[in-house]
Amino acid sequence: MEGFVALYIFMLAAVTGYEIISKVPVILHTPLMSGSNFVHGIVLVGAMVALGHAEGTVQIVIGFAAVLLAAGNAVGGYVVTERMLEMFKSSKDKKENK
Amino acid sequence: MMDFIIQATYFIGALLFILGLKQMSSPVTARRGIIWAGIGMVMAVLITYFHHEIHHNYIWMTVAIAIGGVIAYISGKKVAMTDMPQMIALYNGMGGGAAAAIAAVELVKQEPMSFTIQSLAVVGALIGTVAFSGSLIAFAKLQGIMRGVIRFPMQQWTNALVFVLAATLGLAIVLSGTQYAMATLIMFFVLALLFGVMMTIPIGGADMPVVISLYNALTGLAVGFEGFVLGNPAMMIAGIVVGSAGTLLTQLMAKAMNRPISNVLFSNFGDAGSGEAAAVKGSMKEIDATDVAVMMAFAEKVIIVPGYGMAVAQAQHKVWELTKLLQEKGVTVKFAIHPVAGRMPGHMNVLLAEAGVPYDIIYDLDEINDEFPTTDVVLVIGANDVVNPAARNDPNSPIYGMPILNVDYAKNVIVVKRGKGTGFSGIENQLFFADNTRMLYGDAQAVANELVASLKEL
Repeated sequence: MEGFVALYIFMLAAVTGYEIISKVPVILHTPLMSGSNFVHGIVLVGAMVALGHAEGTVQIVIGFAAVLLAAGNAVGGYVVTERMLEMFKSSKDKKENK
Repeated sequence: MMDFIIQATYFIGALLFILGLKQMSSPVTARRGIIWAGIGMVMAVLITYFHHEIHHNYIWMTVAIAIGGVIAYISGKKVAMTDMPQMIALYNGMGGGAAAAIAAVELVKQEPMSFTIQSLAVVGALIGTVAFSGSLIAFAKLQGIMRGVIRFPMQQWTNALVFVLAATLGLAIVLSGTQYAMATLIMFFVLALLFGVMMTIPIGGADMPVVISLYNALTGLAVGFEGFVLGNPAMMIAGIVVGSAGTLLTQLMAKAMNRPISNVLFSNFGDAGSGEAAAVKGSMKEIDATDVAVMMAFAEKVIIVPGYGMAVAQAQHKVWELTKLLQEKGVTVKFAIHPVAGRMPGHMNVLLAEAGVPYDIIYDLDEINDEFPTTDVVLVIGANDVVNPAARNDPNSPIYGMPILNVDYAKNVIVVKRGKGTGFSGIENQLFFADNTRMLYGDAQAVANELVASLKEL
């Protein structure tokens, strides 16, 4: 990746992250932290590439660990975030039914 | 052609992550947000199987995804709502570990990389490893596997030394191109692991929200950096977005506790005050659940202040039942939530939402603090430091300056507490000794049960 293009991506992504969170009500802080925890589970893609071109036992073992950990991050992050947000929905529906 | 499809999929994935996170910032669209992000993730992962840099190990890859995924799925489905913070810490640590492992695979190869790429690989490895071991310690602490805080003389200097050593080895690896010894690389990772552990063990449970949020941001950064190393835009964007969002969230939390982040990390709870904390005068006065029920039933306005004690006892459903009974009797009931009540920001909101408490009777610190003087009864359930008046009037107290809920201004304060000891932070609470405070001892769930039963008899 060319140096300056990478730098631009870095800058724009950082601003985006900052903007997204600055408007979040306190009530959603935990689910959002959990949601962003899920999003960095994209590390799974990199872990797959790392394992996919790993040579020899040492690299394969480390690559295997990377994929396993990353899959845990992505799946676990999704499940707990979804469960938390599910409850928000039910509480809102109850209110609407009144 | 395949490469184009892969890049296009990553682009759509990154877009879905950003839009998903955006939607998660409003209660109305939050559920759709996580689903969008989930679709982005599945797309990006599936298309990666066709990535041109992947030559072999497809079976190992699939096996690892299956094992990691199934374990995480089951644990994520089974965990109680009250244990969410440590699960997030655990999954976050796994992500940090994965980022560090990617760097390890690339560095073990000892193939030539550009100076910039090699620097990013090493820095990402350092950050990811610290997030990994630090998050695991945070998990162990919140899960109760590891109790208390560990402190020893010259701790900060020792930690700094470990960090400097790790950073020096990292620098040596970057400067030596492909000529570094395997032993150097191994020592680098060992020291980084050690630093994550040592940085986290002196931090008390009350500060864990800030720490978990910080490690979440660090993992994001590490993922972003390794994304640069692999030339993977989806990882770069998602990682950096999380890194910056997480940093801001960490700052918001630290601000709510009126403690700079450096203070959370490098000075321990209990160290901040220089002089002796003011001696506590008076005595704690006990009260029965029956009397409390009567008091609340004939009050005009009741404010409930939940804390970690309510979470531990799983008392949120009973508390909501209690609230409904009071509402039937014409009592105005409100919930006051301190930003750092519980172990994560918004922790209490999640639990109350689970029990079915509507949003419009739940208030933030700023919204409700002026209402305490006109409140008849405040029911503090398992909260301690966030209602300690010492934060307002004792400059020697370690929590001096932290914004608190001014419950002591209310006409009557009932504190539901398991025992007579000090709370998580070990700080004596002046509120418990105040003239208008009565102590109602017992597990929050049991107490809420008794209150409900007594109210029904009235």
